[in-house]
Amino acid sequence: MTSSDPMAEIRASFFVECEELLEALQDGLRELDEGTDDGETIHVVFRAVHSIKGGAGAFGFESMVQFAHQYETVLHAVRSGEIAIEPDLLNLFFRATDHLSDLVRTHRDGLDPPKTERAALLGELEAKTGSVPHVETVEEIAFEPIKVDVAQTVMCEDAPTNALTYDIVFAPEPEAFETEHDVAAYLTVLSGLGELEVHCDTSRLPTLNQLVPQTVYLSWLFTLTTEFSQSEIVSVFESIDGACDLQISARSHVNAPEITPTLSVDRSPIQQPRKTDQRAVRSVTSKAVVRVDVDRIERLVNLVGELVINQAMLSQSLVDVGLPPHSDAVNGLEEFQRLTRDIQDSVMMIRAQPVKSLFQRIARIVREASASVSKDVRLVTEGETTELDKTVIERLAEPLTHMIRNAVDHGLEPADARTAVGKPAQGQVRLSAAHKSGRVVINVSDDGRGINRKKVRQIAIDKGLLPRDATLTDAEIDNLLFLPGFSTASDVSDLSGRGVGMDVVRTAIHGLGGRITINSTPNIGTSFSISLPLTLAVLDGMVVAVAGETLVVPLNVVTEAFTLSETAAEQVQPGRFVLRVRDGFVPLFDLGAALGYRPPCDTFINRVALLLTFDDKTRVALVVDEIQDQRQVVIKGLDDSHYRAPGIAAATILGDGQIALILDPADIVANAPKTQARERVMVEA
Amino acid sequence: MSLEVLAVDDSRTMRDMIRFALEPAGFTVHTAEDGVHGTEVLDAIDPDVIITDINMPRMDGFGFIDAVRDRGQYKATPILVLTTEAAPEMKMRARNAGATGWIVKPFDPVKLVKALQMVAG
Repeated sequence: MTSSDPMAEIRASFFVECEELLEALQDGLRELDEGTDDGETIHVVFRAVHSIKGGAGAFGFESMVQFAHQYETVLHAVRSGEIAIEPDLLNLFFRATDHLSDLVRTHRDGLDPPKTERAALLGELEAKTGSVPHVETVEEIAFEPIKVDVAQTVMCEDAPTNALTYDIVFAPEPEAFETEHDVAAYLTVLSGLGELEVHCDTSRLPTLNQLVPQTVYLSWLFTLTTEFSQSEIVSVFESIDGACDLQISARSHVNAPEITPTLSVDRSPIQQPRKTDQRAVRSVTSKAVVRVDVDRIERLVNLVGELVINQAMLSQSLVDVGLPPHSDAVNGLEEFQRLTRDIQDSVMMIRAQPVKSLFQRIARIVREASASVSKDVRLVTEGETTELDKTVIERLAEPLTHMIRNAVDHGLEPADARTAVGKPAQGQVRLSAAHKSGRVVINVSDDGRGINRKKVRQIAIDKGLLPRDATLTDAEIDNLLFLPGFSTASDVSDLSGRGVGMDVVRTAIHGLGGRITINSTPNIGTSFSISLPLTLAVLDGMVVAVAGETLVVPLNVVTEAFTLSETAAEQVQPGRFVLRVRDGFVPLFDLGAALGYRPPCDTFINRVALLLTFDDKTRVALVVDEIQDQRQVVIKGLDDSHYRAPGIAAATILGDGQIALILDPADIVANAPKTQARERVMVEA
Repeated sequence: MSLEVLAVDDSRTMRDMIRFALEPAGFTVHTAEDGVHGTEVLDAIDPDVIITDINMPRMDGFGFIDAVRDRGQYKATPILVLTTEAAPEMKMRARNAGATGWIVKPFDPVKLVKALQMVAG
């Protein structure tokens, strides 16, 4: 925490709690929507809104309180069976929840809450139950003190808008003091009701020689500003009734001193609250959770990264001094290496988060997108608990949003077109996440019309992205969508026609070390598959040398390594080679030439070919000079101010302190020699 | 003398706020997340005053007040209901269940302290 202000901390913690409550709220609504709810669901939903309202009130977030209150009122009506849950109502709840999250976020970030939307939603909510005024601010009902076994009962209501000022003249008679009444106690009670000013009237006090000790000469004038009703005040004097002269009169004009409904530090001498272990109490009922500032984790991740580098340097120096491979030092270092890796995995696990929050955002996008193009769309999600690095989740939001909008806008047909081909009128978008061999695979699919390949091909030709006579496979046509500046929407809708194409999506995914592939079947639908590394921080890599440079190839794409013999590589045309692998031919890329380190080499003999298999099952062979090592490397991102060289994903520091670039092999193949890639398409076709 | 308070509320923010309001005033604050948890916490402590929310999972405020009053030793312990709901029938129910008084959220920390001192002091 950067701030030591306890109020700011509670405030921050309130917003964290709001996020949790909103999540519970959305889960509950979805259960209601899917019919998987139980009797408790509506109560959970109600309490979530209710708690948000309560917290918001404490911080004086009026618009939030007002909106949550109206929302809560409708939920209460549902809870008590006055209103039945219908799709329309749920839809309203979903939108109200979206708006409530907007309110939470705008308050958190100190922005202006969206007003127009609120007015409309409030109107819709009011229409369900009728306008419900803010009960607690128009509190008029007297709450009689309850006599339990305590001396005084108390009510303390804080509704500043309705406070009245009363003038109370209080003149106790001698009997009052004979029955043990104490004026001070009344002062205490009255001050508990509101703002109290006390004036003691001593005017009747005679000079000492005339004073009769048994007579009461004093009376008091209280000026009480309170939201309590007069009868409430009268009730305070109930037990002294008959033993005093009491006059209470309300001032006609409300002239209440300002009472802030929020806690404010200057109101009372408040120190930093003791950091008692509240979490320990909390853990009795739920799994113990510690909330930690992301910066601290960030720092830990960086330190572990340094540890990995340091450990690599240490092994390097042990090798350099020529220790025998089975010496204690080398064995010990191996153990150290294992531990380092364990620590790293554990740290990564701290950063990992379920993709649920992301999926919930997407659910909202689907609702908004489908409403704006008037399509009935159902979002089905799977694998919400799949965990992924927090940073990756955050950076996925934008590309996923774009893909989902595309799916709703372009992927799904209008209802009449759907029914015409025998599909249900309601379109379906499916979003799933799953772990798959050390990576996370996220799928976005729709059951729409599929990619119109004829149209895609035509557009590519029209835009000069493809030679007119090119013959492409279906998969190759689909991949044209990823070309920069490509957009199939012939009519630009304001939903997805924002000039952002799939190339931007692909760039974003690549930036995360991921891959994106398309699969489309006419009339069945289109499916995008994103494969992502679990973390952005470390990578298992193969350290290779090319033209005197040291580079790192991500190990997950390397399937085999060969030392090339004279016959292995075959030239299919000048400058184009293929590698004969057991079961066929694979295009051969000269890495040194592709990166511009040297002209294409004359001979591949004695060089090493790495056989790479990409997510879409395409294979290529990458020619390097030498394999040096296979090790875990810490990814150091390249600053945006650097030129983003095609084929280079990031950099790392090796054990000897040398900096090595980490390759993005798929990008090298697709982009580095651009013409080559396009030629390849034609050669293969 | 330090007063011991048990505050039962399902909202972490509210629990934090109560703690924030009361600890500087010298109260010892115990918290619980719902009625069931509240009764569990009560096994270990002997508070001078209890503050409870109404809307809570598992066991709500009414149930909690009932449970507290059912235990002989807490028959006279003041219980303040702290909630955003100010509907009269809610107050009736709380009073019938044995609540001592009522505080509407959002509360003013100074007044909360005074209220507690008056009922428990």
